[in-house]
Amino acid sequence: MSKVFAWPEKSRMYYKQIMKELEYLGISSIGIVVIISVFVGAVIAIQAANNIENPMLPRYLVGVGVRDGLLLEFSPTMVALILAGKVGSSISSEIGTMRVTEQIDALEIMGVNSASYLILPKIIASIFFFPFLCILSLICGMLGGYIMSHLTPICTPQDYIYGIQYVFYPHYFTYALKKMIVFAFIISSVSSYHGYFVEGGSVEVGKSSTRAVVYSSIVILLFNLILTQLILL
Amino acid sequence: MIELKNICKSFTSNPVLEDISAEFEKGKTNLIIGRSGSGKTVLLKCIVGLHNIDSGEILFDGRVFNRMNFKQKQEIRQEMGMLFQGAALFDSVNVEENVMYPLNMFTNDSYKNKLERVNFCLHRVNMQDTNKLLPSELSGGMRKRAAIARAIALNPRYLFCDEPNSGLDPQTAILIDDLIHEITEEFNITTIVNTHDMNSVMEIGDKVIFLYDGIKCWEGTKNDIFSSDNKYLNEFIFATNLAKKIKESQTG
Repeated sequence: MSKVFAWPEKSRMYYKQIMKELEYLGISSIGIVVIISVFVGAVIAIQAANNIENPMLPRYLVGVGVRDGLLLEFSPTMVALILAGKVGSSISSEIGTMRVTEQIDALEIMGVNSASYLILPKIIASIFFFPFLCILSLICGMLGGYIMSHLTPICTPQDYIYGIQYVFYPHYFTYALKKMIVFAFIISSVSSYHGYFVEGGSVEVGKSSTRAVVYSSIVILLFNLILTQLILL
Repeated sequence: MIELKNICKSFTSNPVLEDISAEFEKGKTNLIIGRSGSGKTVLLKCIVGLHNIDSGEILFDGRVFNRMNFKQKQEIRQEMGMLFQGAALFDSVNVEENVMYPLNMFTNDSYKNKLERVNFCLHRVNMQDTNKLLPSELSGGMRKRAAIARAIALNPRYLFCDEPNSGLDPQTAILIDDLIHEITEEFNITTIVNTHDMNSVMEIGDKVIFLYDGIKCWEGTKNDIFSSDNKYLNEFIFATNLAKKIKESQTG
């Protein structure tokens, strides 16, 4: 860990690496986050409407349900689990392949702190960009619910818009972002660890990639519980 | 000069190197030979610090490398170049960026100067006009040559080559051997080459040490090899029919 957070040999090279990782880990994940969030937002809207059987309950609660469902759980935690699968396996297999093809040894021989050069930019890029993906997921999820309010009779679009603005607690938003920052660190560091210490050949790289996703997901779920207790209670 | 003093290394109580001492002189191509599994690669990785040794000393021009901290080792490593068995080129960037990588990391030269140096190194290994090719577009021999260009980019004082001609045809293997030998003499660097290719030994072996099961069995020059009475060395050297016939023709 101390090697990862060591002072860079040359800041400009690290900056370039961070920019590369932002594109590779962050921007390339936008598509999947958008698609999943729109559909999940739409599904939550239908399920919320389906559960409001009592005619005394106002229909704008569909909007409230979509907003809070996304904000409290889906956009930080479920998106983090999705990213653990997509980004985590990619980080682990990239670093693992570099290990088994001796590219990491080549970096070390040149005098480069390979742990820092390869892992730190990924951690920084993830911590910086994943909260934006969380916000994007939130927006797209609410958009999905809004589309359903247009296409189906679950509620009127006006009720839905009123619902997503109704009794909004700003600290729910900061809670989601705080969780996502912690999850970003978990995904990038756990996956990098599994890739960096792989031994053997291509089969082991594949296994390390699977382990990275499994362990990242378990740690995310554990920290989800801990952070929820710490922040919300 | 690189000195090894009583190097021992084991993996989970299984000894791989036992009490190895040797001196590798500047400006000479020093060869470590031995069968597969004899400990050549482990020894080379111990010398460059990729494996920690259990006991003994490794000295680079009098500087005790194995007792240095990570930061001090990093400084010495900037004086090293290494050619790995599989070349170990960074496969996501082209040849030019591969060779320029150590220059970007450790110099503050302008891009123009760095490009000049890259072109010089590529020209030195007969790889001019390949700047924009990706490693996946290169043949085995070209990958090795590009890796040599990267290894010499920072004017190293020490060059290490791990089985530089494995997987290459005999003609390309000779080209790589000659290139390593020429670079060693031209830049007056201390070169250590791991090999089990007897052709390399006879072509470029200024000094040869022979490892057998992790023990240094024999040491000498390429000219001493055929006259040695070391049983294990003879078994290794004369393993092929071609070598046996050469010996028979020499002994008459």
